[in-house]
Amino acid sequence: MTTRSERPLSPHLQVYRPQLTSALSIFHRITGVFLALGTLLLTAWVVAAATGPEAFAAVQGFIGSILGYLLLLGWSAALFYHLANGIRHLFWDAGYGFELANVYRSGYAVLIATGVLTLLAWVIGLILQ
Amino acid sequence: MKAMRTPASRVRGLGSAKTGTQHWWSQRLTALAMIPLALWFVASVVTMAGADHAAFRAWAGSPVVAGLLLLLIVTTFYHGYLGLQVVVEDYVHHEVWKLGTLLLLKAASIVFALTGVLAVLSMLFSG
Repeated sequence: MTTRSERPLSPHLQVYRPQLTSALSIFHRITGVFLALGTLLLTAWVVAAATGPEAFAAVQGFIGSILGYLLLLGWSAALFYHLANGIRHLFWDAGYGFELANVYRSGYAVLIATGVLTLLAWVIGLILQ
Repeated sequence: MKAMRTPASRVRGLGSAKTGTQHWWSQRLTALAMIPLALWFVASVVTMAGADHAAFRAWAGSPVVAGLLLLLIVTTFYHGYLGLQVVVEDYVHHEVWKLGTLLLLKAASIVFALTGVLAVLSMLFSG
């Protein structure tokens, strides 16, 4: 007979009802990976500017294309989400906000902040164009 | 079968000793630094998105902007590597693949960060 482990087990994702808490948690990681890829665009931007007008125009042209705009939209939303949820994590690290009601409250606040900040950045950005 | 190795020799090299909190702290401190840096960068992208080359060079050539760009690039790639490292350690279980992926990610982070830093410095010093 085998002795059962007393350690807590990870939830089986196939039978686990999705919740705001778990969804926001995995979303933090997904946006993090996406943003890490986005840093390549940041590098391309400054390298193109340092290289010369033609290279810079090529990168600006790509950013101004439909694909570029889609990437920029995803990138800005991911950044605001990761930023807001990261601040939420820093509060947890400091020991605040662990009550379940507060975890949900801050979770919804992160979603609202992501939407509002993304919208604001795009409205201002498009007006300035 | 009796193991011939001491408990210490079996765990040596598998995890950290004395530096266990270093990764955690580095990730949090870079996160804290990136709150103002990221907000500044988004504001910069919003205002500079439609800029032509001359306007961009004039902007990036100022010491304050160049300094902030350097801080942003170094902090972002460091924070990004720390995060990707945890993701790889969580999901890649084959020791050789894990080590290879981590080395590749570390090399790529250093190469791209250095490329960005050199680009900013060349714009700063060439005016």
